[in-house]
Amino acid sequence: MALLSKKDSKLILDPLADNNPITIQVLGICSALAITAELNAAIVMALSVMFVVAMGNVVISLMRNIIPPKIRIIVQLVVVATLVIIVDQVLKAFAYELSKTLAVFVGLIITNCIIMGRFEAFALANGPWRSFLDGIGNAAGYGIILVIVGFFRELLGSGSLLGFHVLGDPIEKTGLYSIGYENNGFMLLSPMALIVVGIIIWVQRSRNRQLIEEN
Amino acid sequence: MLEHIELFFKSIFIDNMVFATFLGMCSFLAVSKKVTTAVGLGAAVIFVLAVTVPLNWLLDQYILQDGALKWLGPEFAEYNLSFLSFIMFIATIATMVQLVEIVVEKFSPALYNSLGIFLPLIAVNCAILGGSLFMQSREIPTLGLAFNYGLSSGIGWFLAILAIAAIREKIRYSNVPPPLRGLGITFIITGLMAIGFMSFGGMLTGGEEPQATPEQKVAGKKEKKDKKKEEVDENAISFHQAVQK
Repeated sequence: MALLSKKDSKLILDPLADNNPITIQVLGICSALAITAELNAAIVMALSVMFVVAMGNVVISLMRNIIPPKIRIIVQLVVVATLVIIVDQVLKAFAYELSKTLAVFVGLIITNCIIMGRFEAFALANGPWRSFLDGIGNAAGYGIILVIVGFFRELLGSGSLLGFHVLGDPIEKTGLYSIGYENNGFMLLSPMALIVVGIIIWVQRSRNRQLIEEN
Repeated sequence: MLEHIELFFKSIFIDNMVFATFLGMCSFLAVSKKVTTAVGLGAAVIFVLAVTVPLNWLLDQYILQDGALKWLGPEFAEYNLSFLSFIMFIATIATMVQLVEIVVEKFSPALYNSLGIFLPLIAVNCAILGGSLFMQSREIPTLGLAFNYGLSSGIGWFLAILAIAAIREKIRYSNVPPPLRGLGITFIITGLMAIGFMSFGGMLTGGEEPQATPEQKVAGKKEKKDKKKEEVDENAISFHQAVQK
């Protein structure tokens, strides 16, 4: 990595696994789970969050010396809300169907705890470039969980990925369906998102025993 | 009157904020280790939702909606400020939370001691903003219903956090596999509770609604192009049906 020093690349790589915002820090679950029934919604959500966190981190980091500490929450909310409005308007203009699927959850990026958490914990104390990397890293950690959950829910629930029927055609009975495979419609229901995340946590903590919580 | 009762039970059980739309999960998971703290946060959520949803309803009706500025004069009738709703709603919520904190501190120190520490947390709680955004997208018709919606969604959230806190207190004595301890098992329990709450789906219609039960959803999925929409959209549609009745 010639582009990034070791310390900087740590900023990006850490949140992907051992300090993952969702499974370890328990942040940003609110908007994460409801939109993972389809993989492409999950990917768009992850990219939107990445844009908002990275840009927001840079803005807050540039302003960190002039924000009065007492009203910093409101300043942060205004910055996030502005960025989210941009995302919302862009989605409505270029991907209208998708923005309907995401519905209010685009707006709920504002209250995504990852964003406020990163502003408070990182951007207020670090320079713009490092804050930008930190934002990218944390949003990627968030995105990776979203994509994993979306992948399994769409694959097992509707037998497709990104809308393509990868397991064969359920109506014509081709591919796997010809030997009696059935889609598990249960995976499309919202509670399964929670259970899939629970299983991801289980797998992750079995692999890395240091992460296990004392009861 | 009937629609008030209907909305009340619908927001508590069927469209429960935690179990149907996953709002406020962060604080739901973080603060549900003990019943007493869970009750404090739950009460604060009820309070803030019941205040901010009607306020944001007024804002939406008279300033933000398409043509809402008509009361200023006919030349303002064409304005549509709805793209500003995120920033307006969050500003209202943040100010109201501050205001409530100051007022409660002044007039009721006892209440402040129990709610106080949670109030700043609540400004960035997705359940609060989510309540206002759902109020907007479901087009709640009157101020009374908006208040009712805020209050009952808050009660639904309170119920959920109380239930999970009680379970988590008990589960400490169980032999959970070590990697699942803490966060993992809480996720899975919440998922199971959400499945349980889905059975309330047929409560208001006698089970006739097509999307109410899992079996019917599986059956409906077989039609190829009939792709299942988000849970939220369905809830919004069924809300319209309920209101039209």
